[in-house]
Amino acid sequence: MFQTPHDRRALLAGALTAGGGAAASLLFPHWARAQTHHHHSAHPATGTTTEGALSGERIALNIARTPFTLGGRTASATTVNGTVPGPLIRLREGQDVELAVTNHLDIDSSIHWHGILLPFQMDGVPGVTFPGIAPHQTFTYRFPVRQSGTYWYHSHSGGQEGTGLFGPLVIDPAHGERVETEREMILMLSDWSFTPPMEIWRKLKARPDYYNFQQQALFENPSGKPWTQEQKLAWGRMRMSPMDIADVTGATYTYLINGQGPDANWTGLFRPGERVRLRVINASAMTIFNLRIPGLPFTVIAADGSDVAPVETDEIQIGVAETYDLVVTPDERAYSVIAESSDRSGFARATLAPRAGMVAPAPPLRKPPRLTMKDMGMDMGSGSGAMDHSGHDMDGMDHGNGGMEMNHSMRDPATAPGVELTPGVDMLAPMPTDRTGERGLGLDDVKHRVLVYTDLQTPEDRDDLIPPTREIVVHLTGNMERYMWSFDGRRFSEMVEPIRLAHNERVRFTLVNETMMTHPIHLHGFFFDLVNGAGTRRPRKHTVSVLPAGKVSFDVTADTPGDWAFHCHLLLHMMSGMFNVVTVRPMDGGPA
Amino acid sequence: MTKARFLIGALTGALLIPAPVLAQDHSGHDMSSHAMDHSQHSEGMTMPSHDGHDAHEGHAMPMAPGAPSMAQDIPQGPPPPEAFSGPDHAADLFFPGEDMAHARHMVRHEMGGMGTTIVMLDRLEAKLGKGSDGLSWEGALRTGGDIDRLWIKSEGEAAFGEGIEDAEVEVLWGHAIGAWFDLQAGVRQELGPDPDRTQVSLGVEGLAPYMFDISAQAFLSTKGELTARIEAETDQRLTQRLILQPRAEALFSAQRIADRGTGRGLTSLEAGVRLRYEFARQFAPYVGVEWQKKFGSTADYARAVGDDPDRVVAVAGLRAWF
Repeated sequence: MFQTPHDRRALLAGALTAGGGAAASLLFPHWARAQTHHHHSAHPATGTTTEGALSGERIALNIARTPFTLGGRTASATTVNGTVPGPLIRLREGQDVELAVTNHLDIDSSIHWHGILLPFQMDGVPGVTFPGIAPHQTFTYRFPVRQSGTYWYHSHSGGQEGTGLFGPLVIDPAHGERVETEREMILMLSDWSFTPPMEIWRKLKARPDYYNFQQQALFENPSGKPWTQEQKLAWGRMRMSPMDIADVTGATYTYLINGQGPDANWTGLFRPGERVRLRVINASAMTIFNLRIPGLPFTVIAADGSDVAPVETDEIQIGVAETYDLVVTPDERAYSVIAESSDRSGFARATLAPRAGMVAPAPPLRKPPRLTMKDMGMDMGSGSGAMDHSGHDMDGMDHGNGGMEMNHSMRDPATAPGVELTPGVDMLAPMPTDRTGERGLGLDDVKHRVLVYTDLQTPEDRDDLIPPTREIVVHLTGNMERYMWSFDGRRFSEMVEPIRLAHNERVRFTLVNETMMTHPIHLHGFFFDLVNGAGTRRPRKHTVSVLPAGKVSFDVTADTPGDWAFHCHLLLHMMSGMFNVVTVRPMDGGPA
Repeated sequence: MTKARFLIGALTGALLIPAPVLAQDHSGHDMSSHAMDHSQHSEGMTMPSHDGHDAHEGHAMPMAPGAPSMAQDIPQGPPPPEAFSGPDHAADLFFPGEDMAHARHMVRHEMGGMGTTIVMLDRLEAKLGKGSDGLSWEGALRTGGDIDRLWIKSEGEAAFGEGIEDAEVEVLWGHAIGAWFDLQAGVRQELGPDPDRTQVSLGVEGLAPYMFDISAQAFLSTKGELTARIEAETDQRLTQRLILQPRAEALFSAQRIADRGTGRGLTSLEAGVRLRYEFARQFAPYVGVEWQKKFGSTADYARAVGDDPDRVVAVAGLRAWF
């Protein structure tokens, strides 16, 4: 087989990593081991164009337990075909595919194809779309591939996505990429703990600040921002912590890129001057990342698999389950890709370099962010906040409790009709606002450019953006102290009714985050059109992060009948009850 | 008499803490047009009801001026009738109904319905001071879900060389009421050298504003004696792992209980402060100091058996949980 200098270099790099990477797992997949991906769009996806990728119309996947080693410790991971992450599945728009998944575990398992448009019974959510894959059974998923872009797959059973059961899924477009690049790499971000997800969950139920070692303390102020007695009293009165950014932190997580920790120096090799496409996937269980490449601006060309008009920026916040395609044109030097967890308790790191063995400096972790009045949904500060104030319906603030008494107005049912004020609801944001134009937590005062949702628009005008006929408001609710999470105050386990849509109905979902955490919300089976002010160029997404006390609207056309999962993609929020089913009826397009 | 009134006031006050929260629950439910509509549909109605709620909900969302998105006014009506057609569960068309029913049960359980079991040892400490040195403990096992839990609690003290002085075991059912408090009801058994008591116990436990963990309980013994206990503690973080915990516990009795050496009114108070270091969240040794005082005839009873009714002790112990 003809080998380009790149191939040799890549193989050499792979060998170096394997030989010198005692701290890293040797069990990572070929796509990550080979470290670079050559450009493929010139070749049809015949199943052989990417080393180690699984392509073609019939693909076999095997779920099993496999030892996974990190930093000298070994644990048993749940794997697809024996690696963390799983193998790259590379398909082509327009093909049909059969994925035969065999479960070698002693418990049920499943694979969900995240962001893929398919018949609902192939979506892979046990108890919603199929029965799951019983131990030692095979389930064959069959669907036509109707889209292209960067996606991923993961288990939807028993928290297995938190123990390694995930992998990248790339679909090449039928008619060539909109943005041509000479090289591509996958950067799959994840969080690994030697404590199993359900034990992490139990610890949080016992003590919700279990993993938070960045609290405001008498002698420690991790955020470095002024902290007054008034602030301390105000937060104490609310019984909440202003440093509650992430439930699970670097205290237990090692943040990985392509299955390797920050010290393993996973390196993606490029030739200087090449345009390199980085397919960034956040496959974490619980971690929202801020990703940047110091010294190297990047151009966002796709979000959640769909092309967007290129927008150059320096940092992105990527919620769990979101994907972004970035294009960089690196010079002849090494760069660090830094993905800090949003609470800055740790980071994942990779290197982009022209030669193996190079290392770029990794900047130290920035100070953790601290929540503000805005994150409580009470922006009463100066400037635009004050303007908002006068423009708003003030009922929420004035209702019965003398206005500014924070502890009363923070749980006023008048601000959120539709929410059942159960013990699972510790606050209702008094004045939630549209925050799609704002940077994620902690990025407000960053000096360089940061992508916001209002930067995203499709490359061309769309003619399918018809107005919705109905709005469905879903409140994102929780109680940190009890570690309960829900929609509209009710956990899925409480036999909540599904969200019912009619076939081909166009509806607007408005997500209202009543909590002080960012929730990445995912609707299975559809692209939705984000309501972000982009007019006829509103971007399509499958997962959207809703900032604390923020509101996000999206429109969706219910064009595929069936039952679909709808949930927070923070694994432990979902498993605490922040989950529902969206039904689309009738099943056959006519009256049933 | 003053003491009795104080006791009743303190009890009512403590038990009423979550009451506004309960009231809010109801109002929240009434306004939940969403849930009401759905429950009607599930009973087989195909045309959802229209009452004023939907319109009300439509206007309840304040629109941020300058927000890029929310210009249109889209009604928040119920789903169209055809949304209620077809099978309850689409997957039943493709997979065996029995398998799906089981899987549905499992996913309901997995998404919010799972329980936890935690064993807590809040205090296991040696007390050193004037009078007899001893050991005391307070711990609990809690098991169950978010709303309903079984609690088995125990606390007590023993004097070195003299065995258990005073101990109790409680078995309580806990039920979440409001965001911050649990109602706990059950049985308490007092043990030790004094004549034992079996009591029914009713109380609340939870987190009060300003991060105070509060527990207030009333006990009614099989002999008709009414007593009560209020505990409060708070964690003041000095660093991420060094935590100062002020703590107070007050006991009350509505009547004299001679065979247990208890007077009437406020019978005893413990107030202390403990400084712990969390080597791990689940393992934190501490040192501290505690003032223990008995009041009125309770103090007289103590003096009669040679105990000091007003003493300061040093404590050193361990807080852990599993």
